[in-house]
Amino acid sequence: MQLVVDGKSHVVDVEEDMPLLWVLRDELGIKGVKYGCGVAACGACTVHIDGVAVRSCQTFVSDVDGPVTTINGLGTPDAMHAVQEAWVEHQVAQCGYCQSGQIMQAASLLAETPAPTDGDIDDAMMGNLCRCGTYPRIRAAVKTAAQKLKEA
Amino acid sequence: MASLGKIARRTFLVGAAAVAGGVAFGVYKVRTPYDNPLEADLADGAATFNPWVLIDADKITLIGPHGDKGQGIMHTQAALIAEEMDIQLDQFETSFGKPDKAYWNTAMADDGVPFMFTDRSFPAESMRTIMGGALKLLGLQGTGGSSAVPDSFVKLREAGAMARETLKLAASNRSGIPVAQLKTARAAVQLPDGREIKYTELAADAASLTPVTDVVLRDPSEWRLLGKSMPRLDMVAKSTGTLEYGIDVEVEGALNATVVCNPRQGGALNSYDASAAETMRGVKKIVEVTGGVAVVADNTWRAIQAALMIDFDWGEAPYPAEQDGHWQVISQSFKDDHLDKEWRNDGDVAAAMAEGSAVEAEYRVPYVAHAPLEPLNATVLVEDDKVTVWTGHQMPRMLQQQVAAVTGHKPDQVDFRNHYMGGSFGHRLEFGHVTLAAEVANQMRGTPIKLTYSREEDFAHDYPRHIGMARGGGAVKDGKVVAMDLGVAMPSVINSQMGRAGISVPGPDTQISAGAWNNPYSLENFRMRAYRVPELAPTSSWRSVGASAGGFFFDSLLDELIHAAGADPLEERIRLMQHDVSRKVLEAVGEMSNWGSPLASGKGRGVAFVESFGVPTAEVIEVTNSEDGIRIDKVWVAADVGQVVDPVNFENLVQGGVVFGLGHAMNSEITYSDGMAEQANYFDAEGMRMNQCPEIFVKGLENNPEVRGIGEPPVPPAAPALANAIFAATGQRIRELPLYNHIGFA
Repeated sequence: MQLVVDGKSHVVDVEEDMPLLWVLRDELGIKGVKYGCGVAACGACTVHIDGVAVRSCQTFVSDVDGPVTTINGLGTPDAMHAVQEAWVEHQVAQCGYCQSGQIMQAASLLAETPAPTDGDIDDAMMGNLCRCGTYPRIRAAVKTAAQKLKEA
Repeated sequence: MASLGKIARRTFLVGAAAVAGGVAFGVYKVRTPYDNPLEADLADGAATFNPWVLIDADKITLIGPHGDKGQGIMHTQAALIAEEMDIQLDQFETSFGKPDKAYWNTAMADDGVPFMFTDRSFPAESMRTIMGGALKLLGLQGTGGSSAVPDSFVKLREAGAMARETLKLAASNRSGIPVAQLKTARAAVQLPDGREIKYTELAADAASLTPVTDVVLRDPSEWRLLGKSMPRLDMVAKSTGTLEYGIDVEVEGALNATVVCNPRQGGALNSYDASAAETMRGVKKIVEVTGGVAVVADNTWRAIQAALMIDFDWGEAPYPAEQDGHWQVISQSFKDDHLDKEWRNDGDVAAAMAEGSAVEAEYRVPYVAHAPLEPLNATVLVEDDKVTVWTGHQMPRMLQQQVAAVTGHKPDQVDFRNHYMGGSFGHRLEFGHVTLAAEVANQMRGTPIKLTYSREEDFAHDYPRHIGMARGGGAVKDGKVVAMDLGVAMPSVINSQMGRAGISVPGPDTQISAGAWNNPYSLENFRMRAYRVPELAPTSSWRSVGASAGGFFFDSLLDELIHAAGADPLEERIRLMQHDVSRKVLEAVGEMSNWGSPLASGKGRGVAFVESFGVPTAEVIEVTNSEDGIRIDKVWVAADVGQVVDPVNFENLVQGGVVFGLGHAMNSEITYSDGMAEQANYFDAEGMRMNQCPEIFVKGLENNPEVRGIGEPPVPPAAPALANAIFAATGQRIRELPLYNHIGFA
């Protein structure tokens, strides 16, 4: 099977029903994508397929029909995406384990809804669990990221 | 009040018992510092001045031995050192270092002594000193009990100052300029003529000097970093998916494993049939471990899939199979022969209540899982003369001992590489997942084994927060609360947790009474009795430990009494609060929340105050009783830690503690059926989600004479403040957590 991940092409020899999450983590070594629950209950594994947020733990690799973007491809420490910059500006992370998924979910939201209301943010982000409770800062960072993207 | 002689005798017993095992106990031994562990591997030309600072020609490395579970303590440790060393936040690297006695926690004993945090009397202080000395002799390196900042606040600044002064001495020797004329800035010694010598250039010279230890710490008014918002050192990595957690460790040649153990915790593995699993793609080996079976494969998903295909015959649970059975044992424990300790007996409760109790109530808190988002994991390589362990953990030296006991090595042959943790809340104080990984790796010596729990296995084998029940009443007179009588019955979490590590802790369990006896109100008549319930399901410390239960019991009962008296919930708490620092916390939260201002119909306000880990913390919560259920609108928090090290990180941790406390109060519990936890994943114990998160306003006060940590204290007041607010909005008094068994949430 062929996959394009973060702009690079890969050929993987795996079962068709292996979740994309485990192809990314254990076959391709892309560790920014996190395993949290395995049942789409936490959102830690969120990546983009064709720019749209999906739960990679519930996506069979054989169902991937477009280029995959992970947190590692969204931006890098030296060239961060506007959402990542906003996350740093608001000092959002505590343990940080859910933040890969939170950021990917937020980036997908802002691509579709450039000026989200509080209700839009709640609706888009409520599937992403943060056990440390950084929600107030996530909310603020999404708004700042929206502003940054508007000005860019 | 007990006599001094009685306390001194008890003190000695506790002190002596805590060091049982033949360790000599004397002032000399306690005062002598441990050797610096950095000296063992010191390269030529590199210098170390104490266990926290290492400099060579290329770089400065600061050692932060406290585990980072998300609280930002690596940053804080480094900043404390960097402040005194005059180095910028981008001029050094950090390391968790190696496990070592030199990193013993000087503050962890504070919450384990049976004295109020306000008690600075001779017996109380003597006991703290003795317990602290015992922890030193044990070399107890650990992170927990909100103790990392209290442990580090002076010690690490001193470490930084010693390094700075030694580097100045080296620069003086080289330049011939007296030390008094030298200054330091930007990781360099500044000479009077404007030239500078970088610390890294001085490392080789400094290495041959005896470190300067007679140092004076800077006045807080001179701080460059501390007390201000700092960009946390881990923030960019955590926002770009580039931070390596334990679960991300990649070791050359490693195989991926998962484990399935008897979901009846502690029950036996009678038999199993793995024939279907053995032939599955990628499966390398299936091995038996204590209480279960591990599948070793080339890919974690394949290991988890194969594990699902194994048929097991499990033994019975060593505790009641059904949840009702647990409650039955607890409800029968309010008896004299179960009395663990009478913590308070002020005034004359019986006389005050002779005319009848204003309130008679029973409260309950459930088992609750820790469920940090990074599932339990550990990577272990066992070789004949060495064991290497990669994971994130709160107790490095005990981890070495636990692993060594499995593999037959000596503890100092266990090379433990600590990692940032994807949350813990107490989960990573436990050793089971690490010793199981060691069991697998020991059966496959030479092959690194990375063990990852499935989320379901993590839930099934969470040692949850202990269950508990309280019965209480009190008396009111002339609009005031005049008496309170509170009995709390719980199994001993300390006994369960330490028992698994082979340690027996004598004396009463401070965590049965925590949050229930120690709030510094001046109730005229107050009795608080703790009853020890025989061990039920195994339990473990859960963020704020006993206070998460005791705070709910105490403050709920107090709120009921205040309402019975017809008094205002905040004003009566303030009237009863004679402790100055705590009263200011209550006053602050009243001011922040505009307490007493009119509320729209269907809304209600609740207040709660709990002291835990030396931090008086008050919260006000405003809720709306909406058509969709209770909506939490706003929360105000005031807490006094003596010194706020970083106001932004402080705010984040307080907000997080409130979310943690509220989420579990709303909807999370572990219940047992057929001996197994009925909750298997986050669907069953959700915590709070973004759409339910209120606005949370935070104020850090600095009147507390002690510098304390903020990881846990915001948790205990959250549940009672919410229940009190629900009562104010609806008239419904809920005495049992989680609340959603009694009322719906929007």
